[in-house]
Amino acid sequence: MSEYIIKNGKVYDPKTGIKGDISDVCIKNGKIAEKVSSKAKIIDAKGKTVMAGAVEVHAHVAGPKVNEGRNFRPEDKLFTYQPTGKNTRMAGGFSIPTTFKTGYEYAKMGYTTVMEAAMPPLYARHVHEEIKDTPIIDEGAFPVFGNNWFVFEYLKNDEMDNVCAYISWLLRATRGYAIKIVNPGGSEAWGWGENCATVNDPVPYFDITPAEIVKGLLTANEKMGLPHSIHIHSNNLGNPGNFETTLDTLKIAEGVRPDNKFGREQVLHHTHVQFHSYKGDNWANFESGSKEIADYFNKNKNMTMDLGCVTLDETTTMTADGPFEHHLTSLNHLKWANVDVELETSSGIVPYVYDPNIKVCAIQWCIGLELGLLAKDPMRTFITTDHPNAGPFTRYPRIMKWLMSDKTRQNMLKGFKNSDKVIAATNLASIDRELTMYEIAQMTRAGPARSLGLYNIFGGLAPGMDADVAVFNIDEDRIEDPEDIEKAFSAADCVFKSGTMVVENGEVISNGNKRTLWVDAKIPMNQQVKRDVQMKFLKFYSMNLNNYEVSNHYVPNPYVIEVDN
Amino acid sequence: MTKTITDVICPFCGTLCDDLIVTTDDEGKKIVDVENACAIGAEKFISASNHQHRKTRPRKLQEDGSFKEITYDEAVEYTAQMLVNAKKPSMYGWSSTSCEAQSVGHEIAELCGALVDNTAAVCHGTTLVAVQNVGIPSCTLGEVKNRADRIIFWGCNPAHAHPRHMSRYSIFPRGYFTGKGQKQRKIIVVDPRPTDTAGIADVHLQVEQGYDYELLQALRAAVRGQEISGDIVAGVPKEKVYEAAEMLKSGRFGVIFFGMGVTQSLGKDHNIDAAIMLTSDLNNYTKFSIIAMRGHYNVTGSGQVLGWQFGFPYSVDLSRGFARYNPGETGTIEVLKRKEIDAMFVLGSDPGAHFPMQCVKEISRLPSVAVDPHITPTTEICKVHVPVAFVGVEVGGNCYRMDNVPIEARKVVEPPEGMMTDTEFLKAVLKRVKELRAD
Repeated sequence: MSEYIIKNGKVYDPKTGIKGDISDVCIKNGKIAEKVSSKAKIIDAKGKTVMAGAVEVHAHVAGPKVNEGRNFRPEDKLFTYQPTGKNTRMAGGFSIPTTFKTGYEYAKMGYTTVMEAAMPPLYARHVHEEIKDTPIIDEGAFPVFGNNWFVFEYLKNDEMDNVCAYISWLLRATRGYAIKIVNPGGSEAWGWGENCATVNDPVPYFDITPAEIVKGLLTANEKMGLPHSIHIHSNNLGNPGNFETTLDTLKIAEGVRPDNKFGREQVLHHTHVQFHSYKGDNWANFESGSKEIADYFNKNKNMTMDLGCVTLDETTTMTADGPFEHHLTSLNHLKWANVDVELETSSGIVPYVYDPNIKVCAIQWCIGLELGLLAKDPMRTFITTDHPNAGPFTRYPRIMKWLMSDKTRQNMLKGFKNSDKVIAATNLASIDRELTMYEIAQMTRAGPARSLGLYNIFGGLAPGMDADVAVFNIDEDRIEDPEDIEKAFSAADCVFKSGTMVVENGEVISNGNKRTLWVDAKIPMNQQVKRDVQMKFLKFYSMNLNNYEVSNHYVPNPYVIEVDN
Repeated sequence: MTKTITDVICPFCGTLCDDLIVTTDDEGKKIVDVENACAIGAEKFISASNHQHRKTRPRKLQEDGSFKEITYDEAVEYTAQMLVNAKKPSMYGWSSTSCEAQSVGHEIAELCGALVDNTAAVCHGTTLVAVQNVGIPSCTLGEVKNRADRIIFWGCNPAHAHPRHMSRYSIFPRGYFTGKGQKQRKIIVVDPRPTDTAGIADVHLQVEQGYDYELLQALRAAVRGQEISGDIVAGVPKEKVYEAAEMLKSGRFGVIFFGMGVTQSLGKDHNIDAAIMLTSDLNNYTKFSIIAMRGHYNVTGSGQVLGWQFGFPYSVDLSRGFARYNPGETGTIEVLKRKEIDAMFVLGSDPGAHFPMQCVKEISRLPSVAVDPHITPTTEICKVHVPVAFVGVEVGGNCYRMDNVPIEARKVVEPPEGMMTDTEFLKAVLKRVKELRAD
């Protein structure tokens, strides 16, 4: 494998603590190396920024609802298509790009690892088929557990060993990475057209509450010592006044200490917090609850979050939170797709236009950025758009620009049609913090990697780590126009994935050697769980047990994280 | 000793039963018994392993109308040359094959600037268009089994077309919340004919042929408690419409299954628009879903693979170097009618039996290749017929059920000696296409 040396760049790497010093990065045999031979190819990064490849902690990029979104929105492809290239397939779509485009666009922005945020276990094979067709980037997928009948029953009977054995089995069967919880209990209630709006609403027929589900899965996660913590989208998403439900959910994790061998420091990851930080009790007095949420996060260090920033685009919302999407379609009257999945989850899809002229949308835009600016620890706060829910991932460079430049934020605020009302309902106008390049590296590289339990291989530039490196044509000390930030991060100068140069001058030059990450928790099936699984498949599933597990050829290049706690 | 293989997937219809038990002879070459399958599914397995009637090598049509056996290499060369030399070839079918084969086919299509279309063109394409108009509230078939107490079959006859649908998912099974099975469910069948499915319905709404749209909209009005004008709607007495609406609203979980009777009759996608909006409306009162009764066992998969690779479920035109989608313009029937394509490649479908005669004539005029395990009307009019192994019998691969649930088909017996699978054949064509284009 070729050797490279990236010379004289400004390096930002939280792993080694380099904060913009001029330094060389060596690549050898697919890993970061101390030094390379004289044959190494030299990349001149003088005046440029060098970071590790970025790690995406939460995006909907593969699977049944993403594909339903593609197929039911032909309009999303308009004016977006790129023809077949020398190294690339034809690629199109804006908020829900094709798998090929997903891989190319992430790589061009210097992202090298991506987590698919919600995998319905019954559809795991579909998720992996799409992952297989997404070039370059390493990917993993989180199976959803928060509305699973096995989990409900074991937790209700206080059978923690069985919960762990079942989780371990399901992670293996679906080649999954972590425990995802979406609207705990609420998506099951949606099977009857109902919902769980607070953490104490009982789930119909199952005699369990969202709080008990979260607490139970959190306990199981730490007992098993999985690389990632529970990854939660709490109840009551998107409603005015929901910040209290969010706090109630977070409180469940208060005081719990992480127990794992992967260097993970949190016990709970709350995703797309922007959607969960609303005050007011209706759309008229809707306002930002970012201060309350950020304060809580700043005080409780055993949690991480990602932002879910609204980018003010036309996009496609999709979530395993079925009742929310029904609520949304009754608000905006756009087409609605729904899929309830037996014994496991529900999901829904609705297109959405975040119009800056609409007060609520502009307030949502503020909240996402406020959370990023009010959070004191960038190692626990990650940039996302909950792609494609609050906007497409291709807008990350724009969010970086907003976070790094007070001027662009204030200009946006002034330009809104309802500027005064938006400013009155939010905190953004009074926040002048500008994030540094180092903090961006923490929020997009080191932080998410540590949160996922992957900080020994991804998200840093220490020798021995995977050689995922991105070089951007920007110098933090010489930014004349904030637009340059967006431009530089949109098309990296060059990107390496596991030591292979995949992007050069903003163009994809290689499809790399993508891997699928999954977690093998190695807890043996006990007789009870074995019997329960057999019985449920016999009586309630529409598929036979022996056809459920994803076979190895759908995961042709696996990277298995083995857990031995 | 015979060998028994369990959990076998049936590669026939969109019900995609996965509980078949297949017994083969001791050499694993001949299928001697198939359990759990319907008559159609069982016959597919049994006849596949009866090699006498099968062609096992490609054939080329001669000037005198006879076929001459050729090698697979010659067939690969003919196909690759035909696709590379064509300005606008069509690659149609894809519904009776695996997703793996579809994926290779799409890469060829991309390189050759072909149109890619599946059998939704003559089937549920109108459904896909309606979904693009108004969305689709749906669920998996297991949800129906566990929860549903109101079932509508509209313009479909599962008793004959999807024989095990009713026993596995929709009418008879006892699920988690449906312990009494059929007794707990109310069945409505909407069909102009007194079909066998209608025979077991609680209510049969004998809609006048071609008036489905009217009846659907009347039901929507009735659900909302609005007045319906006239005593008879679409051949159904007004009282019966109100009664049916009340039956739907009073259920706890309902589902509409619909088929060709509404998708390809007068009104087409507008009928499905109305059916989906009826489902949406009902969600304001109770829980309701709608599921298309997809025909071929993997037509759904073709839509999925096209979706993630190009963003459109059928009628995809790659001839301009990027994907375009405009059913009515880019569909296979339309381009054949307009004589717009200059080569035809068919795999996993039989347009010769199902397309309008005008289109069939056009196929017979064009350079053409049909890849199919069977001899069909299509293989008889194409210039080259490439027989391949049966997917789901002689080779495995992923398939999508009518509710989009992916299930991996199994291989139960070896194909006749020396036969290629469709994935192998397509990979060989892809390799040759790349070579030809490099020159």
